[in-house]
Amino acid sequence: MQSEPILKIQNIDVFHGGFQAIWDLSMEVRHGEACALIGANTAGKSTLLDTINGVNHPSKGSITFMGEDISRLEPFEIVDLGITQVPEGRRLFPEMTVMDNLIMGSYTPNARKHKDKNLQRVFDLFPKLKDRQKQLAKTMSGGEQQMVAIGRGLMANPKLIMIDEMSLGLAPIIVDEIFKTLHKIKAQGVTVLFVEQNVVKTLKEADRAYIIETGKITLSGTALELRDNEDVRKAYFGV
Amino acid sequence: MSGDILTPILMGVMLGGLYALTALGLSMVFGVMRLINLAHGDLVVLGAYGSYAVLTMLGIDPILGLVITVPLMFCIGILIQKYLMSKAVTIGAEAPLIIAFGLSLIIQNANQIMFSPQSRGINTAYSQMSFHIFGRQLPLIYLLDFIVGVVVMLIMQEFLKRTYMGRAISAAAQDTRASKLMGINTKRIYYYAFGIAMISAAIAGTFLGMTFPFTPTSGTTFLTIAFGAVIIGGLGSMMGTFLGGIILGVVQTLSAHFLGANAQMLVLYVIILILLAFRPQGLFGR
Repeated sequence: MQSEPILKIQNIDVFHGGFQAIWDLSMEVRHGEACALIGANTAGKSTLLDTINGVNHPSKGSITFMGEDISRLEPFEIVDLGITQVPEGRRLFPEMTVMDNLIMGSYTPNARKHKDKNLQRVFDLFPKLKDRQKQLAKTMSGGEQQMVAIGRGLMANPKLIMIDEMSLGLAPIIVDEIFKTLHKIKAQGVTVLFVEQNVVKTLKEADRAYIIETGKITLSGTALELRDNEDVRKAYFGV
Repeated sequence: MSGDILTPILMGVMLGGLYALTALGLSMVFGVMRLINLAHGDLVVLGAYGSYAVLTMLGIDPILGLVITVPLMFCIGILIQKYLMSKAVTIGAEAPLIIAFGLSLIIQNANQIMFSPQSRGINTAYSQMSFHIFGRQLPLIYLLDFIVGVVVMLIMQEFLKRTYMGRAISAAAQDTRASKLMGINTKRIYYYAFGIAMISAAIAGTFLGMTFPFTPTSGTTFLTIAFGAVIIGGLGSMMGTFLGGIILGVVQTLSAHFLGANAQMLVLYVIILILLAFRPQGLFGR
């Protein structure tokens, strides 16, 4: 069972706004791992996450989650199955309190059943949020907002959490904290797929990674393998 | 009597509660779906005719009759969103606007056919009564207008804050993409949002019909009142819409008091124009 990937993407094409954003892409995410997606700004990472989430649909190929084909399902069905996305730029509900944002995370029928348990989990993970639960989301700092966004994602009771641009625009000390959180989430048995620009740090912290360029996977492997790869070293480590 | 400024202010404030209620549905549909519902005024009139029919044909008190008209208008709202608007948005940004305009014409003409162009009023025993406050005698219906406006606004606010569906409606209004990612079926939430807007239209129409005479073309006036409250108060904030309605009511009654009944709408339009030029987000808007 452990060998079967939780998410399996096979040969998908995705068109976005009239042009092709993803070309014959295949990848998989394994149970319980932290898998990273690395690539430049327009490489198609967000489009890929949106396609997994059902916001876009592939014109070709299939996406299988825990053995079920989800490539034709709508976002609300996919979230209920256990895939949640923490979107780029966090996209909290600005006029809502921290608490209401978290509650919105538990909207689906499956998540509502586990609301109290997940709320406790989020407060254990980010004790700060417990004190700030009445604060409006828009008045928080970037790092705090990212905590709310990740917390909101966990409220969906996910089996797979996808975090887009996990540390973009955050102060180094917050970045460290977020990466620590990543390990804690993983330790709770939640599989993580995250998008990062910080390649050095990512290849230290992730289990495996995919490098995506103009809508195609160009390299993949364990973080260790990629760290030793000649091309990766040249492109991202400058040696 | 022309020195008595308190009477028009009191009447304006009370009417304002009803104006806010009239604006509520317009504000909600715009806030959630980004749709300017040009048919809103006519749907309010439809609510008024609904209560008129319930009273004259079935002999049921219009306030009790809301038990019939409110669910009916709720269903009409869902049907409009489901079969007209949600299809129209896929065509382009102008399509829902044109459909709303068409809907406005259809409702106006349907009301003319069903109820004739003649002016009507919803007359009950208490719509002729008066009450006393600060030594002044005022129509009881104005007080009812205000109370109903406040109560409906408060219920709506609690609904939006405390229930999953209410929160989902607010969430969809604030960030549609993020709300989809939270597992909200935004399409369905839009049906309910339009339906709920029509609940407020049914109530507003009923009380407008008890306060003023109306004809099948009164929708234009009601739409202007709704737009006025929303422009003054600022879109998206319930408190803003409420205060916008009150200001609108007071401006209307005061200008009628000082300049005569013919001037009241003129002054209102001028104030709305000035506000749009200098503070387009409204007095209480963001």
